[in-house]
Amino acid sequence: MAAVLEVEDLVVRFETHQGTVRAVNGLSMSLQPGETLGVVGESGSGKSVASLALLGLVPNPPGVVEAKRLKVAGQDLLGLDRRGLQQLRGKEIAMIFQDPMTSLNPLLTVERQLTEVLERHEGLTRREARKRAAAALSDVGIPAPETRLDSYPHQLSGGMRQRVMIAMALLCNPKVLVADEPTTALDVTIQAQVLELLKDLQRRHGTALLLITHDLGVVAGMADRLHVMYAGRVVEAGPAADVLTSPLHPYTQGLLRSVPRIRGPLGARLDAIDGSPPDLAALPAGCSFAARCGLRTDACTKSPPPLVPVLAGRRSACLEAEALLLRSGVKA
Amino acid sequence: MSEPILAVRDLVKRFPVGRSGIFGAPRQFVEAVAGVSFDLQPSQSLGLVGESGCGKSTTARAIAGLLQPTSGSVRLGGAELVGLSRRQMLPHRRRMQMVFQDPYASLDPRQSVESILTEPLTIHRIGRPRDRRLRALELLEDVGLSPKHLSRYPHEFSGGQRQRIGIARALALEPDVILLDEPVSALDVSIQAQVLNLLIDLQARYGQSYLFIAHDLAVVRHLCQRVAVMYLGRVVEIADRETLFSSPQHPYTRALLSAVPEPDPHLERTRQRIVLGGDVPSPMHPPTGCAFHPRCPDVARVPDGRCARERPLLLPLADPGRGPASRACHLPHEPPARGGLGAHGPGPGAVSSAP
Ligand SMILES: Nc1ncnc2c1ncn2[C@@H]1O[C@H](COP(=O)(O)OP(=O)(O)OP(=O)(O)O)[C@@H](O)[C@H]1O
Ligand SMILES: Nc1ncnc2c1ncn2[C@@H]1O[C@H](COP(=O)(O)OP(=O)(O)OP(=O)(O)O)[C@@H](O)[C@H]1O
Ligand SMILES: [Mg+2]
Ligand SMILES: [Mg+2]
Repeated sequence: MAAVLEVEDLVVRFETHQGTVRAVNGLSMSLQPGETLGVVGESGSGKSVASLALLGLVPNPPGVVEAKRLKVAGQDLLGLDRRGLQQLRGKEIAMIFQDPMTSLNPLLTVERQLTEVLERHEGLTRREARKRAAAALSDVGIPAPETRLDSYPHQLSGGMRQRVMIAMALLCNPKVLVADEPTTALDVTIQAQVLELLKDLQRRHGTALLLITHDLGVVAGMADRLHVMYAGRVVEAGPAADVLTSPLHPYTQGLLRSVPRIRGPLGARLDAIDGSPPDLAALPAGCSFAARCGLRTDACTKSPPPLVPVLAGRRSACLEAEALLLRSGVKA
Repeated sequence: MSEPILAVRDLVKRFPVGRSGIFGAPRQFVEAVAGVSFDLQPSQSLGLVGESGCGKSTTARAIAGLLQPTSGSVRLGGAELVGLSRRQMLPHRRRMQMVFQDPYASLDPRQSVESILTEPLTIHRIGRPRDRRLRALELLEDVGLSPKHLSRYPHEFSGGQRQRIGIARALALEPDVILLDEPVSALDVSIQAQVLNLLIDLQARYGQSYLFIAHDLAVVRHLCQRVAVMYLGRVVEIADRETLFSSPQHPYTRALLSAVPEPDPHLERTRQRIVLGGDVPSPMHPPTGCAFHPRCPDVARVPDGRCARERPLLLPLADPGRGPASRACHLPHEPPARGGLGAHGPGPGAVSSAP
């Protein structure tokens, strides 16, 4: 089957008065219909900026987007003008934004935010659109949807705003759905309901899902494949279940150690990764994680290690990946 | 038990909703907070969890004086805050700070990080400009950001970076009480660990108290010695962490605990979740009796439809386990270790949800 999302060597940088901030540094990925690619990674590692680039939404200036290839549903994004991009958004690719308040218009009622998309893309009448909007709210578990249509964003709780945004992104059944931290404001039972809704959508319409999340439990339940990002690069990639059970990059290992658990003994402190991420305006010559890494050798500081296969289906950007593999006991 | 640093009693907040009565139709109200009471002890963290929209943020905002409560009392170190004017509130503000759920909306886009972090010090006339700047640098380091970030503006940051600026701002005045509304939801687990460690260290050093609102129950378990569970504007269960996580006594708490996703792929795909049937109730038309009864998996275990008729009060449990515990439920109190996350997994009453 043809991939619905193809990204090769995506680079996004911001030209600021403090120098060039390199937010995304050569990101490649592809998504098949119905597939879920999970993305986890350091705060500030370029996950949101990369997804904005997929919708042509990186502000320019100061942002500059370059790529060898950037295709959504077969269309080359880099060749599209404003109108072409607008056509693409909503119908072919839609995004659930990390920050509900940045994407909801505070001056419009929930109804207007939802029906505008429907009227623009599907030519529905106002009444039909209102009905569809109410159904969409009820799908994401918002009680009394009819009444909620008349609310303004500030009258909703954080999780309701997030669900309005999810409903908005799902309205036109996009082929690719980019979900940037879609359930952070939801309690675990409603989160489960929303994730079920996404899976159902994927089964029925073959929607491809790019799921950005910090919640490794959500990844474990949803993602087919997983990308781990650090300082604008993918440092580990593979089937989600394998990466979570036997990580092949020291950063992924550190992440898994930091997770607080819902069962088992309680330690006084959590295991955070020592040190801090590099300054994106002055990236080191070698591996971006080297300064914080227990396995660092001289070779690590020379040039950025490429993301290379270690095992069938599994790639790591660590020079010591083979050693990690041996230690993990997974058979090559 | 010592004097609580924060005592909340019968807190109520009602909002008008919907179109205003054009044709003389009566205005509708939502009772976002419908009588919440709890104590926060010095050096303690109280977790506040519950369904999205159940009134957690409204509770915090009313405590912080950002919303005028409809009724009820909030005492900080013994002093009543409800009914104070802005001026009268100022000295108390210094002792109690809030971290907002929506970091972007709560940071002024025109203010640099330096100005955001020094502003509270300026308002309360603390230190000279030079000291304030140094303090801002220290705060940035505490939350894992770098000195270079001082001159930047909110839109230049990622979601998690903004969230940390909000935390740094709340820490600036070294308040006695911090109300944290989903403070780590946008952080990767490593930075989350760093921020939680910071909060724990500060508490050990200065005896700060936290009201900690979060959906991530593992985070709550790690940080909070006590946990209150809310449902539709009310606290339905409150207990010490050990008791609450090992033997939850309210059916809603049990459902919540059974739905926590875990980073173990095998466990995650074979788990048994208590699926709540029925419609999520609207605070505009709350169900009669117990607000949870239309979705409660145990409703049939209470005879005579009592749950639909009579609202259960939040009452202390006779044999609570470690600390004092209360719950609002008509079910008979059960011996510990049912439906908890001990070695036993979800208890009876769990319905499988095929993933
Ligand atoms: N307009 C901008 N100007 C300068 N730098 C920017 C701008 N927007 C984003 N950045 C920087 O780009 C980097 C990547 O940001 P991005 O929002 O993609 O991170 P993220 O991986 O989504 O993080 P989080 O998990 O915290 O949301 C960050 O270090 C951020 O500071
Ligand atoms: N300004 C307002 N006007 C009208 N209704 C409001 C207002 N603020 C909150 N509400 C309503 O009060 C209820 C409780 O909202 P609140 O934000 O306290 O929930 P929450 O528990 O914090 O939820 P979440 O977990 O989703 O953040 C919701 O029904 C919400 O719509
Ligand atoms: Mg982001
Ligand atoms: Mg809230």
